[in-house]
Amino acid sequence: MAEYSALSLLKHAWSGNRDWRPAWRKPEPKPSYDVVIVGGGGHGLATAHYLAKEHGITNVAVLEKGWLGSGNIGRNTTIVRSNYLLGESIRFYDFSVKLWEDLAQDLNYNVMFSQRGVLNLAHSPGQADDFIRRGNAMRHDGGDAVWLNRDAIARKVPGLDLSGSARFPVVGGLLQPRAGTARHDAVAWGFARAADRRGVDIIENCEVTGFVRDGERITGVTTTRGEIAAKKVAVAVAGSTGRVMKLAGIERLPIESHVLQAFVSEALKPFVDTVVTFGGGHLYMSQSDKGGLVFGGNLDGYNSYAQRGNLPVVEEVMSEMVALFPGLARVRLLRSWGGVMDMSMDGSPIITTGPLPGMYLNTGWCYGGFKATPASGWCFAWTIAKDEPHPLNAPFTLDRFQRGILTDEKGQGATPQLH
Amino acid sequence: MLINCPYCGPRDLSEFTYRGDANRTRPADTSTDQAAWNAYVYERVNTAGDHPEYWQHSGGCRSHILVMRSTLTHEIASVSLARGQKKASARRQQKKRPARRRQEDRT
Amino acid sequence: MSARRTAGGGRIDRTRSVRFHFDGKAYTGFAGDTLASALLACGLTLLGRSFKYHRPRGLVSAGFDEPNALVTILRGDVREANIPATMIEIHDGLVAESQNRFPSLDYDLGAINQLAGPLFSAGFYYKTFMGPAIGPLKGTRLWMLCEPFIRRAAGLGRAGYATDRVRYERMNAFCDVLVVGAGPAGLMAAKTAAAKGARVILAETDPVLGGSANWSNETIDGEDASQWAARTAEALAETDNVRLLPRTTVWGYYDGNTLAALERVADHKRVPENGEPRHRHWTIRARHVVLATGALERPIVFPGNDRPGVMLASAAARYAGEFGVLPGARVAIFTNNDSAYAAARALQRQGAAISAIIDTRPNVSETAAGLANEADAEVLTAHAVVATKGGRSLSGLLARTFDYQTGRFGEAVREIQADCLVVSGGWSPVIHLASQAGTAPIWDDALQAFLPPEPTQKWTGAGAFLGHFSTAEALADGHAAGQAAAGGAKARKPALPKVESLPVDPTPAPVYEVASPDGKGGKAFVDFQNDVTADDVRLAHREGFLSVEHLKRYTTLGMATDQGKTSNIPGLAIMAEARGISIPEAGTTRFRPPFTPVSLGALAAERYGELKPDRLSPMHDWHVENGATMYSAGLWYRPQIYGKAGETVEQAYVREAAAVRRSVGIVDVSTLGKIAVQGPDAAAFLDRVYTNMFSTLPVGKARYGLMLREDGLALDDGTTWRLGENDFLMTTTTANAGNVMQHLEYFLDIVWPDLKVTLTSVTDEWAGAAVAGPKSRDVLAACVSGTALDNETLPFMGIVHGEIAGVAVMICRLSFSGERAYEVYCRAGFGRHVWETLIEAGKPFDIVPYGLEALGALRIEKGHVTGAEIDGRTTARDLYLDWMLSKKKPFIGSMMMDREGLVSEERARLVGLVSLDNQPLGGGAHIVEHNDPHAIRDSIGHVTAVCYSPALGKYIALALVRRGKARHGSRAYISDPLRRRFGPVEIVSHHFFDPEGSRMHG
Repeated sequence: MAEYSALSLLKHAWSGNRDWRPAWRKPEPKPSYDVVIVGGGGHGLATAHYLAKEHGITNVAVLEKGWLGSGNIGRNTTIVRSNYLLGESIRFYDFSVKLWEDLAQDLNYNVMFSQRGVLNLAHSPGQADDFIRRGNAMRHDGGDAVWLNRDAIARKVPGLDLSGSARFPVVGGLLQPRAGTARHDAVAWGFARAADRRGVDIIENCEVTGFVRDGERITGVTTTRGEIAAKKVAVAVAGSTGRVMKLAGIERLPIESHVLQAFVSEALKPFVDTVVTFGGGHLYMSQSDKGGLVFGGNLDGYNSYAQRGNLPVVEEVMSEMVALFPGLARVRLLRSWGGVMDMSMDGSPIITTGPLPGMYLNTGWCYGGFKATPASGWCFAWTIAKDEPHPLNAPFTLDRFQRGILTDEKGQGATPQLH
Repeated sequence: MLINCPYCGPRDLSEFTYRGDANRTRPADTSTDQAAWNAYVYERVNTAGDHPEYWQHSGGCRSHILVMRSTLTHEIASVSLARGQKKASARRQQKKRPARRRQEDRT
Repeated sequence: MSARRTAGGGRIDRTRSVRFHFDGKAYTGFAGDTLASALLACGLTLLGRSFKYHRPRGLVSAGFDEPNALVTILRGDVREANIPATMIEIHDGLVAESQNRFPSLDYDLGAINQLAGPLFSAGFYYKTFMGPAIGPLKGTRLWMLCEPFIRRAAGLGRAGYATDRVRYERMNAFCDVLVVGAGPAGLMAAKTAAAKGARVILAETDPVLGGSANWSNETIDGEDASQWAARTAEALAETDNVRLLPRTTVWGYYDGNTLAALERVADHKRVPENGEPRHRHWTIRARHVVLATGALERPIVFPGNDRPGVMLASAAARYAGEFGVLPGARVAIFTNNDSAYAAARALQRQGAAISAIIDTRPNVSETAAGLANEADAEVLTAHAVVATKGGRSLSGLLARTFDYQTGRFGEAVREIQADCLVVSGGWSPVIHLASQAGTAPIWDDALQAFLPPEPTQKWTGAGAFLGHFSTAEALADGHAAGQAAAGGAKARKPALPKVESLPVDPTPAPVYEVASPDGKGGKAFVDFQNDVTADDVRLAHREGFLSVEHLKRYTTLGMATDQGKTSNIPGLAIMAEARGISIPEAGTTRFRPPFTPVSLGALAAERYGELKPDRLSPMHDWHVENGATMYSAGLWYRPQIYGKAGETVEQAYVREAAAVRRSVGIVDVSTLGKIAVQGPDAAAFLDRVYTNMFSTLPVGKARYGLMLREDGLALDDGTTWRLGENDFLMTTTTANAGNVMQHLEYFLDIVWPDLKVTLTSVTDEWAGAAVAGPKSRDVLAACVSGTALDNETLPFMGIVHGEIAGVAVMICRLSFSGERAYEVYCRAGFGRHVWETLIEAGKPFDIVPYGLEALGALRIEKGHVTGAEIDGRTTARDLYLDWMLSKKKPFIGSMMMDREGLVSEERARLVGLVSLDNQPLGGGAHIVEHNDPHAIRDSIGHVTAVCYSPALGKYIALALVRRGKARHGSRAYISDPLRRRFGPVEIVSHHFFDPEGSRMHG
């Protein structure tokens, strides 16, 4: 398949755009593969790409029950960052940011990664110390972070309520300059096309209905499009993890599925050119290239597989928006939607071999899965290819809970809805 | 979402706090079965469908209630007071009934 | 387009003219006009520019589905962008401006984008801007270089930064029946339900109830339909159990039959009336909902279909019938169904000449033919419009013979003069709300439309919403739905109003697109606002973006402010045709809230500007009056320092803390969480929730306690006082009060329901003041009566009851500062009185009020932990509180606290730090073993709390450092790159000051 470039665009424009080929093939499933990846979302597709690119494993199928990228990769607020507190997280997510920086070339697809910075606003001296602790932790693990005072924030983010009379006055902010946003759908499509170009079969509308076993060992899957044998079966299905793993007889996991809403306003001329988060509540907002303000807040807070949210969270998020930017009262909410999050018990992911022989599991992304997409795929591919974790994902085991070796960024313990 | 508090009647979601999966069994206080404790604290069935769960009417009477709610549609099948749910299953049925009648009276 | 006012009729008030401004020019309209109808009447056709190509655009619709005519409303420097002109009621002083154009609507430089049209096809941005692998533009930098320009070109209106000073309001409502939509079906449903005694709310987007009755030219019960509607609405308004909500759009259908609606209370006024909000956000809990949301007409996609002057047939009929504006003098009609013939006749009767009716169908019904005849219009059957003519407004069109079943064109081409082309491509029921509360919508082949899904919540449909397009059906549906929704027995034979209407059949021929026969004729737009053409849809197909969701996301079809209300079905149809499958096989998107855009201010409502409540201590006013700097701690406001003129924060707290050590100080501790734990099993309960024993605590004594979570990590600490055998008062940290209360309640209700204990949050019942320092007993002695205060009567951790200035107080001798100290509690209402009495009594001892900074310094000197150390990741051992872990009993977390990761020697544990360069330390700084500001790495821990210690005369800190105590006495370095502070420290015990506690016991 041809490379995308400015030149190819011109050529195609000249011929009336009639000769474009599908971005990825629509193959029929083969009877067997070396690796079958369950889940055609960002992480599954990224895993396929890195399996092919880094490990030369191309006899791979990605099975997607609906349309490609229909899960959280297409429903998030597109933020990419590595502004974490704990070393395990910082190292993993910072590796992800590095992959993001070169992803467009790597995939020959513009994922529109824009390093516009992520600014966490702090609203009390105590919160400022917490954020500085985090920024310093990032710096000690190779990340980038700077502390901005109110004047610097005023210059960077016009329209922000920096008055002392604000209910939660801004005292400063933690900025990660290398963080930013990317075009979420493009990430799914770019990984799909790149994996496809290396020979991976991407099979849409193919729902896994069961696992084929030889004793304990998983040897394939049954699907709505027939049985597919596989030497290795990797599961990367985010909010559907519980449902899919039950098909393999795994009844309990340290995961709960929760609904998270996201919101977008009508398109506006440039209003804010960085990602801003509000520490007086829970809000993150940025502006898309099309001009819509993209924002979100807390989980709805109860187990759900329904991609529908409820009203109290909508009201809470909107009030935080206008608390931050009083000028936004007259801006209008255009769309809201819900995604199903795989909330883990310590708020950190799981990328591991097992829990059954022949099986590999990637889950627990809570609501930070988007930014992790390249690193998750990269580490999961490594884990599948080598049957052991890479040092970057070694902390993210399934048995860390019973062993008490937790990566609990929020310090909330085993209450998934609070992570 | 409206939750029908057995004491207060139907009240908006925003008055309640989610207190999690009620599928879990807490080992006895004196249990030293580490595996059972680990399972209780960390493992979840994560049901897709009717899900028994605890809520607290934190903005109301503050009682904990046991709610059977579908995680697929959010439809609530039943609500009862959480206190007493630890009783034997045969008695649980009897215990539930008055609470349920009370809800019907109120709707 | 040469639009003009009709001779009479419509709901405008021709006796009241209204002056307004658009793009800096003054115009006049009539009361009752929308901005769209008024501008149309003034002869303006060019009202907007499209998103991508900046093409000139005019009105397409007359309602909320308008994609083109978006404007910004200005009220001083407050801007409201992207409002459809069709939804703005003009009023004197209205100022609006057009958007997305530079320098003006007429001459827009952005239109240059049109030249590169083929390049800007769908997917353009994904296929380029990938930077080189090396060099200064490597990685994502090339994209970032271009992005600002792209961003400036994108977007529609501009939002302002100015604060909107108006009020927004939230309202809760409960009803038996919520009727959404006040057309004939909705009015009838409301009337019927109300007559049965149901509490009814009737919500309508438009300012005037009646819907299609306002422009249909039909007759109901012998009177003009609009009069019938007005009369019915009036009668409903006078019914006690009915609430009418005009200007109210129901936009969300949430769980539990909870619906959200936006009422535009004052947008049509120059300023809101006294006390009136601009918008009101309604949360309506309805027992039953009647959806009578009508249907929207669809356009047909054909070359040149976006030229100003091309609009929907129903919109033209509405402008003529409802607003008294004729959108053109010579009107051509392009249709695939009969409904446009009624529009043709209506327009003709209002004075337009109908130049032709171009119908894709080979035959038309007798009714239609008769209407055409009445309208004096030539009918071109089996024809299609293949091009439009004119510049920024329509002058004519080309119609060509066309076989819709094969899509083939004949040779005959007719040029038709027209300054307005009205189009009807069939009707789509407005099923958005139903889709939010139902299964997948159901395709109807005859109507060529998606009908409402099966409900998953309690609603019934009526009228055009169900695909029942005649008014007679709407009234019958409305009656039935009103009956059903109100419940109870059905009336046998409802006496329904009689309708005289044209028997037009809106069943369309399945024509969605007329592709250009020769590649000429211009672009054919599917989504006007986002500039998505039929070719873009086909390109998406070619590139494998087949599913509806891929189509939307790849081309942006349906993602504009109108959310694809006019474009979804045509886009789907073109994709279905390209794939060779039916429309329902191609799928439909699920509609999500909001139905139409909703202002953020309305949703924030009262929380706008007042995000969260303020929690104030009973002594708050005293603190403020006495120079305290207050800062927020959670929802509370607490004194930071009581600074004197010229003092820095550090000077102030050092002065305050030193006074405590030297003589005496007083601090407000009212914000501490306080929980009454009472009942025969209270002591047993506390034994289970605290790691240490409380059943052994004698009455009249307090004890420091530590709680863990179920997972064995530390949750909270505080003292609990035994006031009686079965009566305890537990204190928690300020920030954790709510969590601890919920934690305890959970265990009582769910885990140990057999325990006879009640919990009551009494935080707000008590005011508390801690009097600390060597002279504290003297201060108390000077004002407390009714109890002795000597060591015997009131030893460390003892509790006594007494009186201060006539107020009953409870005094517990405990110490956070490490000094001899007493916490004095009284009923909250007497807080200030007692506080002032204590201050007065302390004057001879130079008592000093102290704030949180001094409190912090005193506790750091003592090595007491707070939330900065109990941060949800630390264990009791990490904090050297293992002495509190009872081995005699199980407690919450006791079985989980010994897991390998939690007892590892490598964990970060509590230590003290002393600054060796006499410079301040910073909270959140990290600690390293080797000092190298140029290679920042290998953190061994972090600083949790810092102060200047007046007792030690040094800058000190508490920190969590790997291997903790094992490092006592060793050298390390502060590494704080964010504040550029690096320097040597000594790691010491966290008990800096008086480790034996002789001062507080003495």
